[in-house]
Amino acid sequence: MNVIDLATTPVRELNTALHQLEPENPGVPWRVRNARGAHSIACGLRVPVTVEIEGHAGYYCAGMNQLATVHVHGNAGVGVAENMMSGTVHVHGSASQSAGATAHGGLLVIDGDASARCGISMKGVDIVVKGSVGHMSAFMAQAGNLVVCGDAGEALGDSIYEARIFVRGKVADLGSDCVEKPMREEDLRLLKCLLNRAGAEAQPEDFRRYGSARQLYRFHVDHAAAY
Amino acid sequence: MCGIVGLFLKNPALQPSLGGYFATMLDCLSSRGPDSAGFAIYGAEAPSGMLKLVAQHPQEGFDWVKVAAELALVIGFAPGLQVIATHARFTVAAEEAELREWFATQYPVLTVMSVGRSMEIMKEVGAPAAVLKRFGVAAMSGTHAIGHTRMATESAVTTAGSHPFSTGQDLCLVHNGSLSNHNRLRRELQRQGLVFHTENDSEVAAAYLSWRLRDGASLEAALTSALDDLDGFYTFTIGTRDGFAVLRDPIACKPAVMAETDDYVAMGSEYRALTGLPDIERARVWEPEPATVYTWNTRSAAREAVLA
Repeated sequence: MNVIDLATTPVRELNTALHQLEPENPGVPWRVRNARGAHSIACGLRVPVTVEIEGHAGYYCAGMNQLATVHVHGNAGVGVAENMMSGTVHVHGSASQSAGATAHGGLLVIDGDASARCGISMKGVDIVVKGSVGHMSAFMAQAGNLVVCGDAGEALGDSIYEARIFVRGKVADLGSDCVEKPMREEDLRLLKCLLNRAGAEAQPEDFRRYGSARQLYRFHVDHAAAY
Repeated sequence: MCGIVGLFLKNPALQPSLGGYFATMLDCLSSRGPDSAGFAIYGAEAPSGMLKLVAQHPQEGFDWVKVAAELALVIGFAPGLQVIATHARFTVAAEEAELREWFATQYPVLTVMSVGRSMEIMKEVGAPAAVLKRFGVAAMSGTHAIGHTRMATESAVTTAGSHPFSTGQDLCLVHNGSLSNHNRLRRELQRQGLVFHTENDSEVAAAYLSWRLRDGASLEAALTSALDDLDGFYTFTIGTRDGFAVLRDPIACKPAVMAETDDYVAMGSEYRALTGLPDIERARVWEPEPATVYTWNTRSAAREAVLA
Protein backbone atom coordinates (compact mmCIF):
# COMPACT_ATOMS: atom_id res chain seq x y z
CA MET A 1 0.00 0.00 0.00
CA ASN A 2 1.34 3.44 -0.99
CA VAL A 3 0.49 6.09 1.60
CA ILE A 4 0.41 9.78 0.72
CA ASP A 5 -0.28 12.41 3.38
CA LEU A 6 -1.75 15.55 1.85
CA ALA A 7 -0.76 17.48 4.98
CA THR A 8 2.81 17.25 3.69
CA THR A 9 2.48 16.37 -0.02
CA PRO A 10 0.76 18.65 -2.58
CA VAL A 11 -2.21 17.21 -4.51
CA ARG A 12 -0.36 17.81 -7.76
CA GLU A 13 2.44 15.51 -6.63
CA LEU A 14 -0.06 12.79 -5.74
CA ASN A 15 -1.87 13.10 -9.07
CA THR A 16 1.39 13.13 -11.03
CA ALA A 17 2.45 9.89 -9.33
CA LEU A 18 -0.93 8.31 -10.10
CA HIS A 19 -0.73 9.44 -13.74
CA GLN A 20 2.65 7.73 -14.15
CA LEU A 21 1.36 4.26 -13.23
CA GLU A 22 1.54 1.68 -15.98
CA PRO A 23 -1.80 0.40 -17.29
CA GLU A 24 -0.61 -3.24 -17.39
CA ASN A 25 0.86 -3.11 -13.91
CA PRO A 26 -0.79 -0.39 -11.82
CA GLY A 27 0.49 -1.91 -8.59
CA VAL A 28 -0.76 -1.85 -5.02
CA PRO A 29 -3.60 0.38 -3.74
CA TRP A 30 -2.96 3.94 -2.61
CA ARG A 31 -4.12 5.49 0.63
CA VAL A 32 -4.50 9.28 0.77
CA ARG A 33 -4.47 10.76 4.26
CA ASN A 34 -5.66 14.20 5.38
CA ALA A 35 -7.77 15.06 2.33
CA ARG A 36 -9.00 18.13 4.26
CA GLY A 37 -11.24 19.32 1.45
CA ALA A 38 -8.47 19.66 -1.11
CA HIS A 39 -9.66 19.99 -4.71
CA SER A 40 -9.00 17.65 -7.66
CA ILE A 41 -7.78 14.65 -5.65
CA ALA A 42 -7.20 11.59 -7.85
CA CYS A 43 -8.33 13.31 -11.04
CA GLY A 44 -7.67 11.95 -14.52
CA LEU A 45 -6.69 8.41 -13.51
CA ARG A 46 -6.37 6.01 -16.45
CA VAL A 47 -5.29 2.72 -14.91
CA PRO A 48 -7.09 0.06 -12.82
CA VAL A 49 -5.63 1.19 -9.50
CA THR A 50 -7.47 1.55 -6.18
CA VAL A 51 -7.27 4.85 -4.27
CA GLU A 52 -8.65 5.17 -0.73
CA ILE A 53 -9.14 8.79 0.38
CA GLU A 54 -9.44 9.43 4.12
CA GLY A 55 -11.43 12.49 5.12
CA HIS A 56 -13.66 14.87 3.16
CA ALA A 57 -12.60 15.57 -0.44
CA GLY A 58 -12.98 18.97 -2.12
CA TYR A 59 -14.16 19.80 -5.64
CA TYR A 60 -13.88 17.51 -8.70
CA CYS A 61 -12.57 14.48 -6.81
CA ALA A 62 -11.91 11.55 -9.21
CA GLY A 63 -12.96 13.66 -12.18
CA MET A 64 -12.48 12.12 -15.65
CA ASN A 65 -11.83 8.75 -14.02
CA GLN A 66 -11.02 5.78 -16.29
CA LEU A 67 -10.66 2.23 -14.94
CA ALA A 68 -9.62 3.25 -11.41
CA THR A 69 -11.57 2.55 -8.21
CA VAL A 70 -11.68 5.57 -5.92
CA HIS A 71 -13.18 5.45 -2.42
CA VAL A 72 -13.86 8.66 -0.49
CA HIS A 73 -14.17 7.84 3.22
CA GLY A 74 -15.99 11.07 3.98
CA ASN A 75 -17.99 13.61 1.98
CA ALA A 76 -17.13 14.80 -1.51
CA GLY A 77 -17.36 18.39 -2.78
CA VAL A 78 -18.82 19.77 -5.99
CA GLY A 79 -18.49 17.65 -9.15
CA VAL A 80 -17.27 14.31 -7.77
CA ALA A 81 -16.54 11.90 -10.66
CA GLU A 82 -17.45 14.56 -13.20
CA ASN A 83 -16.98 13.29 -16.74
CA MET A 84 -16.04 9.81 -15.49
CA MET A 85 -15.49 7.39 -18.41
CA SER A 86 -15.23 4.06 -16.57
CA GLY A 87 -14.22 2.54 -13.24
CA THR A 88 -15.89 3.05 -9.87
CA VAL A 89 -16.12 6.02 -7.53
CA HIS A 90 -17.64 5.31 -4.12
CA VAL A 91 -18.40 8.19 -1.74
CA HIS A 92 -18.99 6.74 1.72
CA GLY A 93 -20.44 10.02 3.03
CA SER A 94 -22.55 12.55 1.13
CA ALA A 95 -21.79 14.39 -2.09
CA SER A 96 -22.20 18.05 -2.96
CA GLN A 97 -23.73 19.43 -6.15
CA SER A 98 -23.28 18.09 -9.69
CA ALA A 99 -22.10 14.62 -8.65
CA GLY A 100 -21.32 12.57 -11.76
CA ALA A 101 -21.89 15.55 -14.07
CA THR A 102 -21.53 14.68 -17.79
CA ALA A 103 -20.08 11.25 -16.89
CA HIS A 104 -19.97 8.81 -19.80
CA GLY A 105 -19.52 5.50 -17.99
CA GLY A 106 -18.49 3.67 -14.86
CA LEU A 107 -20.32 3.44 -11.53
CA LEU A 108 -20.73 6.24 -8.99
CA VAL A 109 -22.04 5.15 -5.58
CA ILE A 110 -22.98 7.66 -2.90
CA ASP A 111 -23.82 6.15 0.49
CA GLY A 112 -25.33 9.37 1.87
CA ASP A 113 -27.21 12.13 0.04
CA ALA A 114 -26.27 14.00 -3.12
CA SER A 115 -27.32 17.63 -3.35
CA ALA A 116 -28.58 19.57 -6.37
CA ARG A 117 -27.95 18.61 -10.00
CA CYS A 118 -26.80 15.06 -9.34
CA GLY A 119 -26.17 13.43 -12.74
CA ILE A 120 -26.59 16.67 -14.66
CA SER A 121 -26.05 15.97 -18.38
CA MET A 122 -25.03 12.37 -17.61
CA LYS A 123 -24.01 10.52 -20.76
CA GLY A 124 -23.94 6.86 -19.79
CA VAL A 125 -22.76 6.61 -16.18
CA ASP A 126 -24.61 4.52 -13.58
CA ILE A 127 -25.22 6.50 -10.39
CA VAL A 128 -26.62 4.90 -7.24
CA VAL A 129 -27.47 7.26 -4.36
CA LYS A 130 -28.46 5.45 -1.17
CA GLY A 131 -29.90 8.64 0.33
CA SER A 132 -31.75 11.49 -1.41
CA VAL A 133 -30.87 13.84 -4.26
CA GLY A 134 -31.43 17.60 -4.52
CA HIS A 135 -33.25 19.66 -7.13
CA MET A 136 -32.60 19.49 -10.89
CA SER A 137 -31.05 16.04 -10.68
CA ALA A 138 -30.55 14.31 -14.04
CA PHE A 139 -31.09 17.67 -15.78
CA MET A 140 -30.60 17.10 -19.53
CA ALA A 141 -29.51 13.53 -18.80
CA GLN A 142 -28.66 11.82 -22.07
CA ALA A 143 -27.88 8.20 -21.19
CA GLY A 144 -27.19 5.96 -18.22
CA ASN A 145 -29.09 5.20 -15.01
CA LEU A 146 -29.72 7.27 -11.90
CA VAL A 147 -30.95 5.23 -8.91
CA VAL A 148 -32.17 7.14 -5.84
CA CYS A 149 -33.03 5.06 -2.77
CA GLY A 150 -34.38 8.11 -0.90
CA ASP A 151 -36.30 11.12 -2.23
CA ALA A 152 -35.69 13.43 -5.19
CA GLY A 153 -35.92 17.25 -5.13
CA GLU A 154 -37.74 19.58 -7.51
CA ALA A 155 -37.60 19.34 -11.30
CA LEU A 156 -36.25 15.79 -11.47
CA GLY A 157 -35.13 14.87 -14.97
CA ASP A 158 -35.84 18.26 -16.50
CA SER A 159 -35.28 18.18 -20.29
CA ILE A 160 -34.15 14.57 -20.07
CA TYR A 161 -33.11 12.65 -23.18
CA GLU A 162 -32.70 8.88 -22.89
CA ALA A 163 -31.42 8.22 -19.36
CA ARG A 164 -33.45 6.11 -16.89
CA ILE A 165 -34.26 7.34 -13.40
CA PHE A 166 -35.37 5.05 -10.54
CA VAL A 167 -36.61 6.60 -7.29
CA ARG A 168 -37.79 4.68 -4.22
CA GLY A 169 -39.04 7.63 -2.16
CA LYS A 170 -40.99 10.79 -2.93
CA VAL A 171 -40.33 12.96 -5.98
CA ALA A 172 -40.93 16.66 -5.17
CA ASP A 173 -41.89 17.23 -8.81
CA LEU A 174 -40.88 16.18 -12.28
CA GLY A 175 -39.09 18.57 -14.62
CA SER A 176 -40.16 19.48 -18.11
CA ASP A 177 -40.68 16.45 -20.36
CA CYS A 178 -39.94 13.94 -17.57
CA VAL A 179 -42.70 11.39 -16.93
CA GLU A 180 -43.25 8.27 -14.88
CA LYS A 181 -42.98 5.09 -16.92
CA PRO A 182 -44.09 1.53 -16.20
CA MET A 183 -41.58 -0.73 -14.48
CA ARG A 184 -40.97 -3.61 -16.90
CA GLU A 185 -39.23 -6.92 -16.22
CA GLU A 186 -36.09 -5.69 -17.95
CA ASP A 187 -36.09 -2.56 -15.76
CA LEU A 188 -36.39 -4.64 -12.59
CA ARG A 189 -33.51 -6.85 -13.73
CA LEU A 190 -31.35 -3.82 -14.50
CA LEU A 191 -32.23 -2.15 -11.21
CA LYS A 192 -31.48 -5.31 -9.22
CA CYS A 193 -28.09 -5.51 -10.87
CA LEU A 194 -27.32 -1.83 -10.14
CA LEU A 195 -28.39 -2.15 -6.49
CA ASN A 196 -26.23 -5.25 -6.10
CA ARG A 197 -23.19 -3.57 -7.63
CA ALA A 198 -23.65 -0.62 -5.28
CA GLY A 199 -24.22 -2.80 -2.22
CA ALA A 200 -27.62 -1.23 -1.63
CA GLU A 201 -30.16 -3.36 0.21
CA ALA A 202 -33.27 -1.81 -1.35
CA GLN A 203 -35.80 -3.99 -3.21
CA PRO A 204 -36.25 -3.19 -6.93
CA GLU A 205 -40.04 -3.59 -6.59
CA ASP A 206 -40.17 -0.54 -4.26
CA PHE A 207 -38.92 1.86 -6.95
CA ARG A 208 -40.69 3.84 -9.63
CA ARG A 209 -39.18 4.57 -13.02
CA TYR A 210 -39.02 7.95 -14.75
CA GLY A 211 -37.81 8.94 -18.18
CA SER A 212 -38.30 11.19 -21.16
CA ALA A 213 -41.72 11.84 -22.71
CA ARG A 214 -39.71 12.66 -25.87
CA GLN A 215 -41.83 15.70 -26.58
CA LEU A 216 -39.08 18.29 -26.15
CA TYR A 217 -36.00 17.10 -27.91
CA ARG A 218 -37.62 15.58 -30.97
CA PHE A 219 -39.00 18.63 -32.64
CA HIS A 220 -42.56 18.32 -33.79
CA VAL A 221 -44.42 21.31 -35.08
CA ASP A 222 -47.47 20.44 -32.94
CA HIS A 223 -45.29 20.94 -29.86
CA ALA A 224 -43.84 24.30 -30.84
CA ALA A 225 -45.69 25.90 -27.94
CA ALA A 226 -43.79 23.73 -25.46
CA TYR A 227 -40.42 25.25 -26.39
CA MET B 1 -16.51 33.80 -6.78
CA CYS B 2 -15.97 35.30 -3.31
CA GLY B 3 -15.59 33.30 -0.13
CA ILE B 4 -17.61 33.63 3.04
CA VAL B 5 -17.20 32.15 6.48
CA GLY B 6 -18.96 32.24 9.82
CA LEU B 7 -17.97 30.83 13.20
CA PHE B 8 -20.19 30.75 16.25
CA LEU B 9 -18.77 29.37 19.50
CA LYS B 10 -21.07 27.44 21.80
CA ASN B 11 -18.28 26.66 24.25
CA PRO B 12 -17.21 29.86 26.10
CA ALA B 13 -13.81 28.31 26.81
CA LEU B 14 -12.94 28.74 23.12
CA GLN B 15 -13.69 32.49 23.05
CA PRO B 16 -10.06 33.62 23.48
CA SER B 17 -9.23 31.55 20.36
CA LEU B 18 -12.05 32.89 18.16
CA GLY B 19 -9.77 35.21 16.16
CA GLY B 20 -7.19 32.47 15.60
CA TYR B 21 -9.69 29.96 14.25
CA PHE B 22 -11.52 32.60 12.28
CA ALA B 23 -8.38 34.06 10.65
CA THR B 24 -7.38 30.58 9.45
CA MET B 25 -10.84 30.07 7.93
CA LEU B 26 -10.84 33.40 6.09
CA ASP B 27 -7.25 33.12 4.90
CA CYS B 28 -8.04 29.72 3.38
CA LEU B 29 -10.63 31.31 1.10
CA SER B 30 -8.17 33.85 -0.38
CA SER B 31 -8.29 31.80 -3.59
CA ARG B 32 -12.02 32.58 -3.91
CA GLY B 33 -11.54 36.30 -3.25
CA PRO B 34 -8.10 37.92 -3.48
CA ASP B 35 -9.25 41.55 -3.98
CA SER B 36 -10.24 42.55 -0.47
CA ALA B 37 -11.38 41.13 2.83
CA GLY B 38 -13.53 42.10 5.75
CA PHE B 39 -15.09 40.73 8.85
CA ALA B 40 -17.44 41.42 11.72
CA ILE B 41 -16.29 40.21 15.09
CA TYR B 42 -18.58 40.03 18.09
CA GLY B 43 -16.38 40.63 21.13
CA ALA B 44 -16.99 41.91 24.64
CA GLU B 45 -20.24 43.89 24.82
CA ALA B 46 -20.08 47.61 25.51
CA PRO B 47 -21.26 48.46 29.06
CA SER B 48 -25.00 48.95 29.47
CA GLY B 49 -26.19 52.14 27.81
CA MET B 50 -23.08 52.41 25.66
CA LEU B 51 -22.34 51.66 22.01
CA LYS B 52 -19.28 50.68 20.04
CA LEU B 53 -18.74 52.66 16.83
CA VAL B 54 -16.06 51.65 14.34
CA ALA B 55 -14.87 54.29 11.85
CA GLN B 56 -12.34 54.07 9.05
CA HIS B 57 -9.95 56.58 7.48
CA PRO B 58 -8.33 55.90 4.08
CA GLN B 59 -4.83 56.16 5.59
CA GLU B 60 -3.12 54.85 8.69
CA GLY B 61 -1.75 57.45 11.10
CA PHE B 62 -4.87 59.59 11.20
CA ASP B 63 -5.27 61.73 14.34
CA TRP B 64 -8.02 59.75 16.05
CA VAL B 65 -7.21 61.28 19.46
CA LYS B 66 -8.31 64.65 18.10
CA VAL B 67 -11.60 63.11 16.95
CA ALA B 68 -12.15 61.57 20.41
CA ALA B 69 -11.38 64.89 22.11
CA GLU B 70 -13.86 66.78 19.93
CA LEU B 71 -16.48 64.06 20.45
CA ALA B 72 -15.95 64.34 24.23
CA LEU B 73 -16.97 68.01 24.09
CA VAL B 74 -20.27 67.07 22.46
CA ILE B 75 -21.25 64.04 24.56
CA GLY B 76 -19.84 65.34 27.84
CA PHE B 77 -17.16 62.73 28.59
CA ALA B 78 -14.17 61.13 26.90
CA PRO B 79 -15.10 58.13 24.74
CA GLY B 80 -13.11 54.93 24.88
CA LEU B 81 -10.75 54.79 21.89
CA GLN B 82 -8.79 51.97 20.33
CA VAL B 83 -6.98 52.47 17.02
CA ILE B 84 -6.61 49.36 14.84
CA ALA B 85 -4.68 50.12 11.62
CA THR B 86 -6.95 52.30 9.43
CA HIS B 87 -9.90 51.80 11.79
CA ALA B 88 -10.74 53.11 15.24
CA ARG B 89 -13.26 51.90 17.78
CA PHE B 90 -15.07 54.43 19.97
CA THR B 91 -17.04 53.31 23.04
CA VAL B 92 -19.60 55.98 23.86
CA ALA B 93 -22.86 56.60 25.70
CA ALA B 94 -24.88 58.22 22.93
CA GLU B 95 -27.68 57.54 20.48
CA GLU B 96 -26.71 55.97 17.16
CA ALA B 97 -28.43 58.65 15.07
CA GLU B 98 -26.70 61.42 17.01
CA LEU B 99 -23.30 59.75 16.56
CA ARG B 100 -23.79 59.12 12.85
CA GLU B 101 -24.83 62.73 12.27
CA TRP B 102 -21.84 64.05 14.20
CA PHE B 103 -19.39 61.94 12.19
CA ALA B 104 -21.10 62.79 8.88
CA THR B 105 -20.97 66.55 9.49
CA GLN B 106 -17.68 66.89 11.42
CA TYR B 107 -15.63 64.21 9.69
CA PRO B 108 -17.06 63.38 6.26
CA VAL B 109 -13.67 61.85 5.36
CA LEU B 110 -14.38 59.04 7.83
CA THR B 111 -16.62 56.06 7.07
CA VAL B 112 -18.69 54.64 9.89
CA MET B 113 -18.32 50.86 9.49
CA SER B 114 -20.52 49.66 12.31
CA VAL B 115 -22.51 50.63 15.36
CA GLY B 116 -23.55 48.15 18.00
CA ARG B 117 -23.14 46.79 21.52
CA SER B 118 -20.91 43.95 20.43
CA MET B 119 -20.20 44.00 16.69
CA GLU B 120 -17.10 45.55 15.13
CA ILE B 121 -16.73 45.62 11.34
CA MET B 122 -13.35 46.07 9.70
CA LYS B 123 -12.51 45.74 6.01
CA GLU B 124 -9.83 46.75 3.57
CA VAL B 125 -8.67 46.29 0.01
CA GLY B 126 -5.79 43.84 -0.40
CA ALA B 127 -4.89 40.19 -0.07
CA PRO B 128 -6.90 38.61 2.77
CA ALA B 129 -3.74 37.41 4.56
CA ALA B 130 -2.41 40.99 4.62
CA VAL B 131 -5.76 42.40 5.77
CA LEU B 132 -6.00 39.82 8.58
CA LYS B 133 -2.46 40.65 9.71
CA ARG B 134 -3.02 44.40 9.55
CA PHE B 135 -5.97 44.17 11.92
CA GLY B 136 -4.38 41.52 14.15
CA VAL B 137 -7.44 39.30 13.79
CA ALA B 138 -5.70 36.14 15.01
CA ALA B 139 -5.35 37.65 18.49
CA MET B 140 -8.98 38.77 18.78
CA SER B 141 -11.45 37.09 21.11
CA GLY B 142 -15.21 36.94 20.99
CA THR B 143 -18.29 34.77 20.68
CA HIS B 144 -18.73 34.76 16.90
CA ALA B 145 -17.53 36.28 13.66
CA ILE B 146 -18.43 36.36 9.98
CA GLY B 147 -16.13 37.30 7.12
CA HIS B 148 -15.72 37.68 3.39
CA THR B 149 -12.99 37.47 0.77
CA ARG B 150 -13.96 39.37 -2.35
CA MET B 151 -13.53 38.81 -6.07
CA ALA B 152 -15.39 41.82 -7.42
CA THR B 153 -17.81 41.30 -10.29
CA GLU B 154 -20.59 43.88 -9.95
CA SER B 155 -18.75 47.00 -8.77
CA ALA B 156 -15.32 48.48 -8.08
CA VAL B 157 -12.66 47.11 -5.73
CA THR B 158 -12.85 49.65 -2.90
CA THR B 159 -12.96 49.49 0.87
CA ALA B 160 -16.56 50.71 0.75
CA GLY B 161 -17.45 47.93 -1.68
CA SER B 162 -15.93 45.27 0.60
CA HIS B 163 -18.05 43.18 2.91
CA PRO B 164 -19.56 42.91 5.52
CA PHE B 165 -22.29 45.48 5.02
CA SER B 166 -23.93 46.66 8.21
CA THR B 167 -27.70 46.37 8.28
CA GLY B 168 -28.32 47.89 11.68
CA GLN B 169 -26.98 47.73 15.23
CA ASP B 170 -25.07 44.47 15.68
CA LEU B 171 -26.37 43.22 12.32
CA CYS B 172 -24.40 42.73 9.13
CA LEU B 173 -24.30 40.63 6.02
CA VAL B 174 -21.73 38.96 3.77
CA HIS B 175 -22.73 37.80 0.31
CA ASN B 176 -21.38 35.34 -2.23
CA GLY B 177 -23.14 35.77 -5.54
CA SER B 178 -24.66 38.56 -7.57
CA LEU B 179 -28.10 40.12 -7.53
CA SER B 180 -29.79 40.93 -10.82
CA ASN B 181 -32.55 43.24 -9.58
CA HIS B 182 -30.42 45.46 -7.34
CA ASN B 183 -30.86 48.68 -9.36
CA ARG B 184 -34.65 48.59 -9.22
CA LEU B 185 -34.63 47.48 -5.58
CA ARG B 186 -32.15 50.24 -4.66
CA ARG B 187 -34.51 52.88 -6.09
CA GLU B 188 -37.44 51.42 -4.16
CA LEU B 189 -35.44 51.34 -0.92
CA GLN B 190 -34.23 54.92 -1.51
CA ARG B 191 -37.89 55.95 -1.69
CA GLN B 192 -38.28 54.25 1.71
CA GLY B 193 -35.55 56.52 3.06
CA LEU B 194 -32.58 54.15 3.02
CA VAL B 195 -29.20 55.68 2.18
CA PHE B 196 -26.63 53.98 -0.06
CA HIS B 197 -22.89 54.60 -0.17
CA THR B 198 -21.89 52.40 -3.12
CA GLU B 199 -23.19 50.90 -6.36
CA ASN B 200 -22.69 47.47 -4.80
CA ASP B 201 -25.44 44.86 -5.15
CA SER B 202 -24.71 43.33 -1.73
CA GLU B 203 -25.31 46.70 -0.07
CA VAL B 204 -28.82 46.52 -1.52
CA ALA B 205 -29.37 43.14 0.14
CA ALA B 206 -28.16 44.61 3.44
CA ALA B 207 -30.42 47.64 3.05
CA TYR B 208 -33.34 45.38 2.21
CA LEU B 209 -32.89 43.52 5.51
CA SER B 210 -32.50 46.81 7.39
CA TRP B 211 -35.76 48.02 5.87
CA ARG B 212 -37.69 44.85 6.77
CA LEU B 213 -36.26 44.80 10.31
CA ARG B 214 -37.07 48.51 10.73
CA ASP B 215 -40.68 47.64 9.91
CA GLY B 216 -40.72 45.14 12.75
CA ALA B 217 -40.02 41.87 10.93
CA SER B 218 -38.00 39.21 12.74
CA LEU B 219 -34.71 38.23 11.11
CA GLU B 220 -36.27 34.93 10.04
CA ALA B 221 -39.25 36.74 8.48
CA ALA B 222 -36.97 39.27 6.75
CA LEU B 223 -34.87 36.48 5.25
CA THR B 224 -37.94 34.54 4.20
CA SER B 225 -39.32 37.56 2.34
CA ALA B 226 -35.88 38.10 0.77
CA LEU B 227 -36.46 34.82 -1.08
CA ASP B 228 -39.35 36.52 -2.91
CA ASP B 229 -37.84 39.97 -3.39
CA LEU B 230 -34.19 39.34 -4.23
CA ASP B 231 -33.48 38.03 -7.71
CA GLY B 232 -30.11 36.49 -8.42
CA PHE B 233 -27.53 34.23 -6.87
CA TYR B 234 -26.71 34.36 -3.22
CA THR B 235 -25.40 32.60 -0.23
CA PHE B 236 -25.75 35.05 2.66
CA THR B 237 -24.30 34.81 6.12
CA ILE B 238 -25.82 37.31 8.50
CA GLY B 239 -24.19 38.20 11.81
CA THR B 240 -26.57 39.02 14.66
CA ARG B 241 -25.87 40.23 18.19
CA ASP B 242 -26.03 36.71 19.58
CA GLY B 243 -25.49 34.42 16.61
CA PHE B 244 -25.62 34.12 12.88
CA ALA B 245 -27.95 33.08 10.05
CA VAL B 246 -27.43 31.45 6.66
CA LEU B 247 -29.61 31.67 3.54
CA ARG B 248 -29.05 30.29 0.04
CA ASP B 249 -31.07 31.18 -3.04
CA PRO B 250 -33.60 28.59 -4.28
CA ILE B 251 -31.29 27.41 -7.07
CA ALA B 252 -28.32 27.16 -4.67
CA CYS B 253 -25.82 28.39 -7.24
CA LYS B 254 -23.29 29.43 -4.65
CA PRO B 255 -21.68 26.88 -2.36
CA ALA B 256 -22.02 26.53 1.41
CA VAL B 257 -20.89 23.91 3.89
CA MET B 258 -21.80 23.77 7.56
CA ALA B 259 -20.12 21.94 10.43
CA GLU B 260 -21.38 21.54 13.96
CA THR B 261 -19.93 20.04 17.14
CA ASP B 262 -20.81 20.52 20.82
CA ASP B 263 -18.34 23.43 20.80
CA TYR B 264 -19.22 25.45 17.69
CA VAL B 265 -21.21 25.94 14.51
CA ALA B 266 -19.20 26.95 11.44
CA MET B 267 -20.06 27.91 7.89
CA GLY B 268 -17.76 28.20 4.90
CA SER B 269 -18.02 28.47 1.13
CA GLU B 270 -15.89 25.33 0.98
CA TYR B 271 -15.15 22.58 3.46
CA ARG B 272 -11.41 23.23 3.35
CA ALA B 273 -12.03 26.53 5.17
CA LEU B 274 -13.26 24.52 8.16
CA THR B 275 -10.40 22.06 8.42
CA GLY B 276 -8.48 24.04 11.04
CA LEU B 277 -11.34 23.86 13.55
CA PRO B 278 -10.99 21.63 16.61
CA ASP B 279 -12.31 18.10 16.24
CA ILE B 280 -13.52 18.83 12.70
CA GLU B 281 -13.05 15.15 11.80
CA ARG B 282 -15.86 14.31 14.21
CA ALA B 283 -18.11 17.27 13.35
CA ARG B 284 -21.47 16.84 11.66
CA VAL B 285 -20.83 18.25 8.18
CA TRP B 286 -23.62 19.07 5.75
CA GLU B 287 -24.77 21.44 3.02
CA PRO B 288 -27.51 23.90 3.95
CA GLU B 289 -30.63 23.36 1.85
CA PRO B 290 -31.61 25.95 -0.76
CA ALA B 291 -34.33 28.49 0.15
CA THR B 292 -34.10 27.54 3.82
CA VAL B 293 -33.41 29.97 6.65
CA TYR B 294 -30.93 28.69 9.24
CA THR B 295 -30.29 30.59 12.48
CA TRP B 296 -28.14 29.94 15.51
CA ASN B 297 -27.89 31.99 18.67
CA THR B 298 -26.58 31.88 22.19
CA ARG B 299 -30.06 31.36 23.62
CA SER B 300 -30.83 28.21 21.71
CA ALA B 301 -27.25 27.25 20.78
CA ALA B 302 -28.98 24.93 18.39
CA ARG B 303 -30.09 24.88 14.81
CA GLU B 304 -33.51 26.15 13.93
CA ALA B 305 -34.36 25.54 10.32
CA VAL B 306 -37.45 27.31 9.10
CA LEU B 307 -38.73 25.90 5.84
CA ALA B 308 -39.50 28.80 3.56
